[in-house]
Amino acid sequence: MLTIKNLHAEVEGKKILKGINLEINKGETHAIMGPNGSGKSSLASVLAGRDNYTVTEGEVWFNGKNLLELSPEDRAREGVFLAFQYPVEIPGVSNLNFLKTALNEIRTYKGLPPLEAKEFLKLTKEKQQLVDFHSNLMNRSLNEGFSGGEKKRNEIFQLAMLDPQLAILDETDSGLDIDALRIVSNGVNKLRDAEKSFVVITHYQRLLEYIIPDFVHVLYNGRIIKTGTKELALELEERGYDWLKEELHLKESV
Amino acid sequence: MTLPFYQALTADVTALSAQLPLAADNLQDIRRSALERFKAIGLPTLKTEEWRFTNIQRYLKEFPYELQQTPVAVSADTVAAAAIPGLDCYRAVLVNGHLQTELSELPAGKGIIIGALSAHTTAPGFTTWFNEQPHLAEAVLAQLNTALFADGLYIELAANTVLDKPLHLVNVYTSNSPAFVQPRHLWILNRSAAATIIESTVHPDSQAVTFANSVLETVVMDNAELWHYNVQLGAANFREVHTTATHQHKDSRYHHFNFTLPSTPFTRNNLSVALKGSHTETNLKGFYLANQHQHVDNHTFMDHIMPDCYSNELYKGVLLDNANAVFTGKILVHQEAQKTNAFQQNNNLLLGDKADINSQPQLEIYADDVKCSHGFTAGQFSEESMFYLRSRGIGEDAAKALMVNAFSHDITSEVNVPELQQQLQAQIAGIMNN
Ligand SMILES: Nc1ncnc2c1ncn2[C@@H]1O[C@H](COP(=O)(O)OP(=O)(O)O)[C@@H](O)[C@H]1O
Ligand SMILES: [Mg+2]
Repeated sequence: MLTIKNLHAEVEGKKILKGINLEINKGETHAIMGPNGSGKSSLASVLAGRDNYTVTEGEVWFNGKNLLELSPEDRAREGVFLAFQYPVEIPGVSNLNFLKTALNEIRTYKGLPPLEAKEFLKLTKEKQQLVDFHSNLMNRSLNEGFSGGEKKRNEIFQLAMLDPQLAILDETDSGLDIDALRIVSNGVNKLRDAEKSFVVITHYQRLLEYIIPDFVHVLYNGRIIKTGTKELALELEERGYDWLKEELHLKESV
Repeated sequence: MTLPFYQALTADVTALSAQLPLAADNLQDIRRSALERFKAIGLPTLKTEEWRFTNIQRYLKEFPYELQQTPVAVSADTVAAAAIPGLDCYRAVLVNGHLQTELSELPAGKGIIIGALSAHTTAPGFTTWFNEQPHLAEAVLAQLNTALFADGLYIELAANTVLDKPLHLVNVYTSNSPAFVQPRHLWILNRSAAATIIESTVHPDSQAVTFANSVLETVVMDNAELWHYNVQLGAANFREVHTTATHQHKDSRYHHFNFTLPSTPFTRNNLSVALKGSHTETNLKGFYLANQHQHVDNHTFMDHIMPDCYSNELYKGVLLDNANAVFTGKILVHQEAQKTNAFQQNNNLLLGDKADINSQPQLEIYADDVKCSHGFTAGQFSEESMFYLRSRGIGEDAAKALMVNAFSHDITSEVNVPELQQQLQAQIAGIMNN
């Protein structure tokens, strides 16, 4: 579904991604871990099409399409979804109106008619329950005055509404207490199926106890330096990242 | 012998008054002294302080406008096109300032006087209040209007009279040859009266160019409340100077909303409020969305003459393409006007490559125990917000439309007529999605 080949990207002249290679197949869940500042959010941003990043080398293919040539909205319409680490607040844009617009723009792209008001409301109700998203937040301005946890739930609620093929969750667990974490993870698990893939960016092994990944990658200094299974996450939790960095220096000095 | 319009305006008074038989009404003295005053002040140039950023002469010189128009028939369809969907309201239709009773649905009943201004020049309300608003004397185009106006709408609500439905005033401007039209209105709300009046402008396209120089005086007496909406849609061949001069008396409330949307190329709004009593509330809200080469100038003057009054002014603008806007917000707090609360804010989104705003607060405060503030911003959309919306599949134009809608929300959400609010939001979204 997604193939990233030797991806290099920079922001404001600073090299951030330095040759990422990653292959994600249908139905797989990949976790990406790594110390702060290693480039995890940057990778997510480049995939979603944030334009302050410049791709200097490499390719990204999504279902046979050259992802890097698409506008951010077309990437979303093709089925890429990014749950932001820091969702923005947009005063004056109602949550409901925003979602309706997004859903209908995606449907138009796919040649589908806009959803009838009734169907839309039904879908909204159903998906709200999935992440226990309070309906009184729906009529409020997008994320305005939401708590950290409410913002994160809103991201997953949007994910459920827009039903993408590939969802990238950037530190969705940060700012969530353990109950909220369980609810959000359960919601994500209910969305998982053989057709959908997930990239879960996190600092914490505990999230991966709920959302069990098929692969765990360690991103460090703009590169994936190690790939393993969920046991790798446990090992990272116990030992930190230093041993990996040392391994890397040893390899590089050889 | 007729002089071309612009030369007629700048020639001496006798020449102008000679070629314009002044209406044979009881206002000859007022008209003559207004004409003298107009000549004494002279047409504004870019050197005139109040007109530094607005070149009116360019538009006055544009055509050999006619000062008097032959009546043009207006169809019910033209009027229907201006309707506010779903709104149950009264309707007053004015064509070039002349009331068309057959196209109107005027309120009637005890305490309500409404009709052509020309038919009420001897009414006690008229003789007390006409041309009395103190700021008009300095407004040169208002003087021209006073000298030469033909007609307009007179409304007087007796004490305790509440208009049970909004009144929609449809100003139709149309002519077969370039016309300089000068409507004149006077609205009086006596003690504890209340009304909502929605004014909108229709200029059926493909007609000759019309320049409207309209003046409205409103008098809001003790404890009365007026909600006045002015919705300016206009057309490419319309130009407008719109002067609204208000007196507010003790305990009264006045809410003025001004919406300027495409596509009149030249709009100048003079809005001034003189406070004649204490404990008043004044809300001045403006929203302008301009495109192409539109020029929108909002000139406001909040005159705090009396103590213990509150005024709040918020003007927001979205400028696309080469659109150009001017905002001048004068607040004068007299020495006697202690405990004044006066706030002013002007926020702009500059979205066109050549879009521009000149914003000037003018605060003159002579009282010491007051709360006054003003602020100005001009900027673009937040990139973060745009990216967030686009990352959800919302195209760039639709995202901009959402953001503009959000930006206008502070103003539109305060519109107390839901049908008008919806129409405005739809119009704003329509312009952005175009
Ligand atoms: N807009 C930006 N301008 C300059 N540097 C940036 C910008 N965004 C991110 N960076 C830098 O890129 C590096 C990677 O950041 P990020 O992708 O956020 O890491 P992570 O998500 O792994 O913590 C950091 O050094 C950060 O300072
Ligand atoms: Mg990050």
